[in-house]
Amino acid sequence: MKNFKIIVLAKQVPDTRNVGKDAMKEDGTVNRAVLPAIFNPEDLNALEQALRIKDKYPGSTVTLLTMGPPRAAEIIREGLYRGADNGYLLTDRAFAGSDTLATSYALSRAIMKIGDFDFILAGRQAIDGDTAQVGPQVAEKLGVPQVTYAEEIVDIKKNKAVVRRRLEKGVETVESVFPLLITVTGTAPACRPRNAKLIMKYKRATTISERQNVSEDYIFMYDDRPFLNLPEWNVGDIEAEPERLGLSGSPTKVKKVENVVFQAKEAKVLEADNQSIEWLMKELISNHTLG
Amino acid sequence: MDNLFVICELENGTIADISLELLTKGRKLADQLGCKQEALIIGHKLKGLEKEAFDYGADVVWLADDARLEHYTTLPYTSIAVELFRQEKPQVALLGATSYGRDLGPRVSSALSSGLTADCTALEIGEHTDKRAGKTYKNLLLQIRPAFGGNIIATIINPEHKPQMATVREGVMKMEKCKEPRSGEVKKVDVDKFVRPEDFVVNVIERHMEESGVNLKGAPVIISGGYGVGSKENFEMLYQFAELIGAEVGASRAAVDAGFAEHDRQIGQTGVTVRPKLYIACGISGQVQHIAGMQESAMVISVNNDQEAPINKIADYAILGNVEDVIPKMIKYYKENSK
Ligand SMILES: Cc1cc2nc3c(=O)[nH]c(=O)nc-3n(C[C@H](O)[C@H](O)[C@H](O)COP(=O)(O)OP(=O)(O)OC[C@H]3O[C@@H](n4cnc5c(N)ncnc54)[C@H](O)[C@@H]3O)c2cc1C
Ligand SMILES: Cc1cc2nc3c(=O)[nH]c(=O)nc-3n(C[C@H](O)[C@H](O)[C@H](O)COP(=O)(O)OP(=O)(O)OC[C@H]3O[C@@H](n4cnc5c(N)ncnc54)[C@H](O)[C@@H]3O)c2cc1C
Repeated sequence: MKNFKIIVLAKQVPDTRNVGKDAMKEDGTVNRAVLPAIFNPEDLNALEQALRIKDKYPGSTVTLLTMGPPRAAEIIREGLYRGADNGYLLTDRAFAGSDTLATSYALSRAIMKIGDFDFILAGRQAIDGDTAQVGPQVAEKLGVPQVTYAEEIVDIKKNKAVVRRRLEKGVETVESVFPLLITVTGTAPACRPRNAKLIMKYKRATTISERQNVSEDYIFMYDDRPFLNLPEWNVGDIEAEPERLGLSGSPTKVKKVENVVFQAKEAKVLEADNQSIEWLMKELISNHTLG
Repeated sequence: MDNLFVICELENGTIADISLELLTKGRKLADQLGCKQEALIIGHKLKGLEKEAFDYGADVVWLADDARLEHYTTLPYTSIAVELFRQEKPQVALLGATSYGRDLGPRVSSALSSGLTADCTALEIGEHTDKRAGKTYKNLLLQIRPAFGGNIIATIINPEHKPQMATVREGVMKMEKCKEPRSGEVKKVDVDKFVRPEDFVVNVIERHMEESGVNLKGAPVIISGGYGVGSKENFEMLYQFAELIGAEVGASRAAVDAGFAEHDRQIGQTGVTVRPKLYIACGISGQVQHIAGMQESAMVISVNNDQEAPINKIADYAILGNVEDVIPKMIKYYKENSK
């Protein structure tokens, strides 16, 4: 039976869903240090779709690709614990300050280096940059079609995949040739949990930079068990043009960032007694807000 | 050359509200920039649509009309926009931040290597000085957007690249016909010249679009319920009150997630943006993502049993109490006092 090569794009993001007061600095910038770094939620949905293809077509492989600081290697381990086969960390100071165009350029170079693929699965949107642009831009750079807002890969036929999309006002099912890039929404099935055996297998999987801090006693393991070596690539490894990366490769610039402040009003506080509410209703009727 | 383009999206054969909102805003921006506004409409059987685009402020309307373009698919639409922009060299290009614009926009911007700002809530014309390069850019599009889960507002510029592209969130800009009747020039896009046969490798095989009966955007009064309403049954009170006063019922995301209300009633960053005459927030705490969708309401009344709830900071009246006690009283005293 057929098997497929799948690449999952996953980003490590600060958890912006529960931002407390201390997460915002005085100057309106975000204090990343106090927010936990997590696997971007919709990238977990994408990973699950990839793992389902692998369940259905044994012999398929799931490869993670993440670009970020050295600690983003955590994302690869997290994916391995859930059933991915391997993963690459793309890290280099030259990537800093990349907008979505420069990010997608770097990711597309890395994908070319990884080699053949049938499917690239990405999250629809990352919860920090919030743009939802990287998926389609990677597809354009690789010259493959895209299906965004996917909720399920329904079927894979001989040379076509059938994908159901979740749009604002309904659902749409499309059929596309592959290789193909698919972005997956949060309404897709949640990712399976970590697998205890895989945690045992991969908990010491590290990149070369992480290994600088590993005690001597363990170093021998990496020769015996190559799967514990998480490949780490820099700009040279992916043969990228430096001027298309980072700030110089980014047409968009952040001119200003502000904390969200709403025009505070002095609310008139009313108790919930009969008189107050009757007064308010009369007021709304007489000034024609109601009726 | 150097004009402002709006890529118009269609809904049930007419121009979608979001695109009319963009044309309304685009008209003002084009006047400020001293350029023309051009609309690009892609689809099938487009005859007559130009009139609406003119009414909302387009000077030129491009029609890309072809049977193969009846339903939106990424690749042929991208080819048309990319080739037309290469030919016409606009300075600004706007799309809706809908599933259409957020699928098409990034693909087009990548092909043109131009910057794209996502999900803007305001657009202005302004200047920018790059202190390090000692260079000042005039007449730039300042693209204002929330990021970081709605917790910050960023102003983004694309000083060196044209077109300056942005997607704009639905409902945040007003939709208004021009005062004077207008007309303009209609231009046909030579579809066969721009699209390639290999653009048609993705086919729509099924579509189920639900006609939503909920009209939050047009409602003068909205009664909105949050997690504090407590249950789907308690939401019935809100519907009763709404029917009585001719209002529409909205909801916070927590209420939608809890199953108290349907998704198409959600107000806020990931829901609808509204600006009614009166917004009654019942059992809603007022997190930034919710407020982002209702802060322009002319009057806000909150019903909450916690005086410290953030919603009270933007409310005109804060009723301290339980929803289940307050709403029946509002119904009662409304009935007694209206004739
Ligand atoms: C305040 C602020 C506003 C910004 N606004 C814009 C803007 O309007 N336009 C713009 O072009 N840039 C903008 N940027 C830059 C943008 O956030 C970064 O380029 C970011 O690296 C990618 O964008 P995103 O987080 O929005 O990802 P999205 O496009 O939302 O991500 C979609 C998917 O792509 C994949 N992906 C994204 N990044 C990576 C990665 N590093 N590694 C692996 N997979 C990945 C994931 O699968 C992810 O789910 C902004 C940055 C800031 C700080
Ligand atoms: C990326 C992102 C996007 C989001 N988009 C949206 C969005 O579009 N819209 C949205 O609404 N949210 C959105 N959210 C979620 C938002 O952050 C809040 O979690 C949500 O708005 C909270 O809803 P709530 O106020 O109903 O619930 P809660 O925060 O739980 O507040 C309930 C309130 O009810 C009060 N209360 C409790 N019982 C009673 C009672 N009996 N009578 C009166 N008052 C009572 C409580 O005091 C409290 O103030 C988003 C979040 C993220 C991270």
